[in-house]
Amino acid sequence: MSYFAGKYDIAVIGAGHAGIEAALAGARLGCKTVVFTINMDAVGNCPCNPSIGGTAKGHLVREIDALGGEMGKTADECMLQSRMLNRGKGPAVHSLRAQIDRRKYSEVMKHKLETQENLELHQAEIVSVKECDGVWKLETRMGAEYEFKAVIVATGTYLGGRIFVGEVSYESGPDGIFPATFLGQSLKDLGISLRRFKTGTPARVLRSSIDFTDLEVQAGDEPAVPFSYDTQEKLENKVVCHVSWTNEKTKQIILDNIHRSPLYSGMIHGVGPRYCPSIEDKIVRFADKERHQLFIEPCGENTEEMYLQGMSSSLPEEVQLQFYHSIKGLENVVMMRCAYAIEYDCADPLQMDNTLEFPEHPGLYGAGQFNGSSGYEEAAAQGLVAGVNAALKIKGEEPMILDRASSYIGTLVDDLVTKGANDPYRMMTSRSEYRLILRQDNADERLTPIGRRIGLITDERFERFTKKQELKSQELKRIRSTVIAPSEKVNEILVSRETSPINTGVKLVDLIKRPQLSYDALKDIDTTRPELDANIFEQIEVEVKYEGYIKKQLAQVEQMRRMETKRLPSDLDYKTIQGLRLEAQEKLNKVHPTNLGQASRISGVSPADIGVLVIWLSK
Amino acid sequence: MNNINNNTIAAISTPIGVGGISVIRISGGGAVRTADSVFRSASGKQLSELKGYTALFGKIYDNETPLDEAVVTVFKAPHSYTGEDVVEISCHGGMYITNQVLRAVLKNGAKLAQPGEFTQRAFLNGKIDLTEAEAVMDIISAKGKAAARSALNIKEGRLRQEIDEIKDLLVNEAAHLSAWADYPEEDIPEVSNDVLLENISSAHKRILALINSYNSGRAVKQGIDTLIIGKPNVGKSTLMNFLTGVQKSIVTDIPGTTRDIIEETVVIGNAVLILSDTAGLRDTDNPVEKIGVELVKKRINSCGLALVVFDASRPLDEDDFSMLELIKDTPSIAVINKTDLECVIDTDMIRSKTDACVFISASNGDGIDELTSAVENITGAAGFDENSAVISNERQYQCVLNAEKPLEQAAADISAGITLDAVTVLIEEAIQNLLELTGERAGDTIVHSVFSKFCVGK
Repeated sequence: MSYFAGKYDIAVIGAGHAGIEAALAGARLGCKTVVFTINMDAVGNCPCNPSIGGTAKGHLVREIDALGGEMGKTADECMLQSRMLNRGKGPAVHSLRAQIDRRKYSEVMKHKLETQENLELHQAEIVSVKECDGVWKLETRMGAEYEFKAVIVATGTYLGGRIFVGEVSYESGPDGIFPATFLGQSLKDLGISLRRFKTGTPARVLRSSIDFTDLEVQAGDEPAVPFSYDTQEKLENKVVCHVSWTNEKTKQIILDNIHRSPLYSGMIHGVGPRYCPSIEDKIVRFADKERHQLFIEPCGENTEEMYLQGMSSSLPEEVQLQFYHSIKGLENVVMMRCAYAIEYDCADPLQMDNTLEFPEHPGLYGAGQFNGSSGYEEAAAQGLVAGVNAALKIKGEEPMILDRASSYIGTLVDDLVTKGANDPYRMMTSRSEYRLILRQDNADERLTPIGRRIGLITDERFERFTKKQELKSQELKRIRSTVIAPSEKVNEILVSRETSPINTGVKLVDLIKRPQLSYDALKDIDTTRPELDANIFEQIEVEVKYEGYIKKQLAQVEQMRRMETKRLPSDLDYKTIQGLRLEAQEKLNKVHPTNLGQASRISGVSPADIGVLVIWLSK
Repeated sequence: MNNINNNTIAAISTPIGVGGISVIRISGGGAVRTADSVFRSASGKQLSELKGYTALFGKIYDNETPLDEAVVTVFKAPHSYTGEDVVEISCHGGMYITNQVLRAVLKNGAKLAQPGEFTQRAFLNGKIDLTEAEAVMDIISAKGKAAARSALNIKEGRLRQEIDEIKDLLVNEAAHLSAWADYPEEDIPEVSNDVLLENISSAHKRILALINSYNSGRAVKQGIDTLIIGKPNVGKSTLMNFLTGVQKSIVTDIPGTTRDIIEETVVIGNAVLILSDTAGLRDTDNPVEKIGVELVKKRINSCGLALVVFDASRPLDEDDFSMLELIKDTPSIAVINKTDLECVIDTDMIRSKTDACVFISASNGDGIDELTSAVENITGAAGFDENSAVISNERQYQCVLNAEKPLEQAAADISAGITLDAVTVLIEEAIQNLLELTGERAGDTIVHSVFSKFCVGK
């Protein structure tokens, strides 16, 4: 029946975006790692949008790359179109997004796993996870028994997955792949509390059946900016996307059939993502809106499948056809895969700590949708954190805890384990209180030294980084000491940019500081400017222009970090502390914050409660 | 439910000696048990058998000694003022009997409540919010009539309402900015700099009004540190006596730590002044007197109001001029003491150096009305509207101050053309400080607002 299949260091259950980063990090840090995937052809699958990045998500990808993760590099390799979103809204919210070839992405990632030293990739469904004297025992459906020091659960939407299309519902993972049926019970037996979340995806339609004539074209930005600090070659925009709109007719069709949506008929119990509502949700909740936008995005270079962003639905297939046909350009569209909603099991992340380990189950980690998040990038970020920490723990080293001021990754993890997730969690720039420091342009500066210390940054890469930092500080010195003398040419440029002319010599840095000016605008009068990487100029310009803000945020970071140094005992029973409000006692006992800073971010814990804790700590 | 703190506390909660009935309030997990052990009802029923909001008539006993007849009301957690089990014993007033009853209660498992402890529990149990709790504490210590009225006003949430309105205004803007930045490809209305600036400025103005309310609120409630200064023998002590004579009942004597500084608290109209009489100011060689003079000079810089006393019958001299120089940055009122002698003083000179100038006659009380209105005007107590939202303590003041600065900068930066990502950070900082004032936490306020107001997502 069953057989012993071997002893390893780390098991990663799932080979999606979280599992991949977890496994690569573990293996690269020298741990013998096995990745289990239910279907070998679904490694690094993108079952929803064919794109990587976006607002705040682009930051995550940059940060993953700066720490030595893989997502950014692979996205660059598979890029079809690249856009820097939010240009003009300020550097904190600049976000990179790339349309990618989803099959190629999957293939490249799978190959990277296959060729990684210390790493094995197996097609198997894990049916049981048990802990026995500090050893984690995993069993596959085929009866293979493995032993591990650490297990990372990254099951995505596969765990207890169930698909809904109108009245039709069946057990399934995404894209028709079978779900993980037994693992949920095994986790529950360990004492892990699971709940149901829900997400959805729109239809894929045949490119040749779309009439693009009157649709707005959305092209990529030139030059295309890569995600990875490793990507040296020039990237090329290969495709365009299109924009269309729903109309009165679309709305009517949906409203006429709303009773057939499993969301409204009560079939779906899982909590859906607020940031990613289905089209029927949007129409019902924002009834006064006349039309909704949709994007038509290619799924790859060697496929005719097109993704209809903004049109996810769980209405019956024939209703979907009707409303898609009501949209301009899609009048005769041929649907290749219909839209569906999927419900799945995930863990309450309040059970985890900042390393994504379950403190009650040493050696057990969670990452990605299993932790209540949503999105490829959020998953990859957590995979990296879990993989690195599992490896560091096995090696007996200090954990990697990224605080909120270090990164969006740190913010994401802290939000999940401190505030929990009541619906699938999506990263947004507004979730970071330090967003003027946590920019996509300086991810390397913030995180590459950390990645180096952990051991995920190669010598060559680190040398390049150090060199860049040197050049940057030289350039900063130069602009601080260079004086621009008043002249007709200088003042002509200043006046043309609607800023006041100068009548005495002015430091170059003070000109760059003016909101109306930029590095680029000054290039003709800055005669001693060296040839440097565009990213260096970008970083310096932001640092100079936002100096006051950055200083202010750094002071806030100081304050936050002081709070974080006030540690709270992990075994503290908050019911015994007099003066804490009941709600605060319960929340604190649930989260078990490691320090006062984390405690202060728990919803339901008021400043007065923190006051009580401060007094308690000082006793 | 009531296990926030198992200690049961008790205190007399009506003013002693006033009115026909006294109430002893007991709060905490053991409140009913304690009351049952001192109370025997006429019907024979135990208090522990009662539902909340019901009462029994009977007698209070100290062991076997009957003390008084009483009506005892039971409130069950969480439906009570403190959120805990509460028992109120209403007995027949009178200091002696009431104290006997309280003592019996304390012997049977309750401890004496600290001032404000009932309110503190109400706050900790989530029955009232922080601004309300602070208002109750202010009522307990309110000194003037207007102060008591305004404390009631806060209790009813006027400050909370104003803060909420300002906060909502800012959260709306922050949510719009956030949706606009986080969902660049969605159909989100463009953020208009003009509208944004208008709303930020409006919030800023309202915050400034709250800040001003603190200054006048302080005059009305906590008292203004007031110095009486002047040359020796111009009538400083006379003025002191004159003022304290007006309101003898609330005078408290605090002996000065150094020579010649005596503090007394007086109510002048709507304002509370903490008066300090000082050594006479003059150029002197006497080393002891010199120390006193130096001390006064230091105090002038830190006080909230200077009452500068002159003798109407003596012309201004060098000492007067240097004194007027000393107080030029301090709110000041010249008080010219009239005597029977001829008035020779140069009042134009005095008026030019002080904020107000009044004549008083200590002997017959003339001039007190003028002095009162001058004090009210200069301290801001005159414009104090007890019906508007008022900031009433240092903590609230700091929070509002911390919200004001970023808003001021946000308005300036929008005009200067700084990108809105930076402006958003300032707005959020202001919101954070307002939420701190009300004791809430920002948490995901803005994120929630984005999802409820904007149609976003794939």
